[in-house]
Amino acid sequence: MRQQSMHFAARVGDRLADVKLQANLKKAKGKFVDMRAAAVREFDADAAACAAAAGRDDAVTFAALRDAGAAIRSKVIDDLDLWLEIFEAKAKASGATVLWARNGEEVCAHTIEIARRHGISKAIKSKSMLSEEADLNAALSAAGVQPVETDLGEYILQIAGNEPPSHIIAPVIHKTLDEVADLFAREHGKPRKTDIPALTREAREALRAHFLSAGMGISGGNFLIAETGGVALVTNEGNGRMVTTLPNVHVVITGIEKILPTLEDLATLLRLLPRSATGQTISNYVSLLTGTKGAADPDGPEHLYFILVDNGRSSLLEDDFRAMLRCIRCGACMNHCPVYQTIGGHAYGWVYPGPMGSVLTPLFTGIERALDLPQASTLCNQCGSVCPVKIPLPQLLRTLRERQVTRQLRPRSERFGLKVWAWLAQRPALYARAASYFARYLGWLAGGEDRIRVFALAPQWTAGRDLPAPQGKTFRERWAAERGR
Amino acid sequence: MSEARDDILGRVRGALGRDPATVAARRQALTASLASPNCGPRPQPVGDLVQRFAERSRSMSSTIDTLATTNEVPAAVARYLADGALGSTAVCWPSLAALDWAGAGLEVAARAATGQDLVGITGVFCAIAETGTLMLLSGPETAATTSLLPETHIAVVPAARVVADMEAAFALLRAEHGSLPRAVNFVSGPSRTGDIEQTIVLGAHGPYRVHLLIVSGD
Repeated sequence: MRQQSMHFAARVGDRLADVKLQANLKKAKGKFVDMRAAAVREFDADAAACAAAAGRDDAVTFAALRDAGAAIRSKVIDDLDLWLEIFEAKAKASGATVLWARNGEEVCAHTIEIARRHGISKAIKSKSMLSEEADLNAALSAAGVQPVETDLGEYILQIAGNEPPSHIIAPVIHKTLDEVADLFAREHGKPRKTDIPALTREAREALRAHFLSAGMGISGGNFLIAETGGVALVTNEGNGRMVTTLPNVHVVITGIEKILPTLEDLATLLRLLPRSATGQTISNYVSLLTGTKGAADPDGPEHLYFILVDNGRSSLLEDDFRAMLRCIRCGACMNHCPVYQTIGGHAYGWVYPGPMGSVLTPLFTGIERALDLPQASTLCNQCGSVCPVKIPLPQLLRTLRERQVTRQLRPRSERFGLKVWAWLAQRPALYARAASYFARYLGWLAGGEDRIRVFALAPQWTAGRDLPAPQGKTFRERWAAERGR
Repeated sequence: MSEARDDILGRVRGALGRDPATVAARRQALTASLASPNCGPRPQPVGDLVQRFAERSRSMSSTIDTLATTNEVPAAVARYLADGALGSTAVCWPSLAALDWAGAGLEVAARAATGQDLVGITGVFCAIAETGTLMLLSGPETAATTSLLPETHIAVVPAARVVADMEAAFALLRAEHGSLPRAVNFVSGPSRTGDIEQTIVLGAHGPYRVHLLIVSGD
């Protein structure tokens, strides 16, 4: 996916001015938040009832589940090299082929090579964010392999001219029903419908033909299981099952960090993932795929390939950012982020939006290529408090801001301003006097109003909002007056 | 491209500060830990697991009928299909082929499903009370397509095969099968999507309907 994260400020402006997008965001806002909150409440109530029925006084809680999820993911990351080797050995023993890719180009090269080897002209895909990282669809098309996205949301984006997704689990959250109706009428050549079930059936029928005729299925992987050498896929639509059952070749493309040691660990993470993502108790389909079709099996692929991808992940192993590798891609952080809720996913300009994207994009693609993203947060910690694996997202964003400063990547005016402020702040008497002058200056600028509409010293700051005018004296002045009384 | 493999693993080792002197022992410890997996925090439902399974399944939009014996299955299927005007033909797993389908006025073929079949009838490996989930294993006699391609999936669930949670299901799987089959599919209700305006629609790519026949006896 072509990176646009360096143009964040301009893109945000466009998104804020986009009336249709703002209406869509308003509609979606809060839905995921409410559904997650209800699911967490329900889990705690159910666990308490189960404990009471068994006469136990140690009922588990969702909070304890988050601790356990974080611990499992940390355990894997702390020994990632060895877990990768264990997974690889098990996967090979089950009949799969394990390939490695340092970057997106190698992902594309492997996939195209597999397609050539098996004479594939069409590949059906279930949702994979890594294939977005690698720009796989464009590479497949160029190599003469037709990629067909089968997740309803991803399919809509594909027929809309390969639009990028704006959310990692609800990729078309930015589109209205009307837009989808127009697209389907144009693409399918059938009468325009605005009934959501009818549109869904139309897509089902269009995609069914592809499911039954494609030679290769490409999926992501929610988790890789070291104990079994297999992959776990979590879906609601059933397209993941189609993609991994019907074609003769199945290619799994996942990040190297996706391992879980055991099936029991999977059970724990599966209590966290759907509740955090969509507020579901469990997703409709969870599939564990291990090895290839047996000789007498009536279905399943004869060839299974894993492509284990680094693409910047190993650089996150340094201590400051290691926690980010725990991420299970649920989307809760963006669902709860006031910034994401206001600007939508496209403004972030790369594959991953929201708080997790603001950490991942600079680390995967280079800090200097996404300077605004770590700043695009109020550090309110809504994200950190709902993260199922307890990633301290605000702390990571703050560390990225520090990196920008130490690498001298902040604008000269900002650096100069901070230097002046630091110099003043170390001289309390001078600081008090300067603050008093400055407050009066701002009061004069406001000209009797309670706000400043254009602030010449920082015109960008007042481009999108007003600056509240100070209320007369500074705190120190009032404190001194109070004490003198 | 084993060069890529060595490169990636090398980078990971470097970043983790892996000591070559202790790596073999550590690998052995991790491998050994797989043999005695720990269960995480879980609600562990007790009491009437079959009732809980039924309640949870309903909340996932499955429908339920309760039967005394497996012999009642064909009549129950015929009733369900007639009520929904869903036709009278189906495919089923070979393990269910011996039931008297013709006697119930149904035409049921014991084979894997194709894109044309409208009704698929399966058994289950087990069922999970915590979430109302079916666990199906792929195999020569248990096609994965039967629960996937048709618009209606009917599953015969012996009450004795209802377990508390996924951990119990995995324990049962290890005890009865040792290793995993090609596909373990956990199914919780009909397929669904919420992609268009976050409005939930049943029947995305998989079945529109999941009907469960819980059999309390043999």
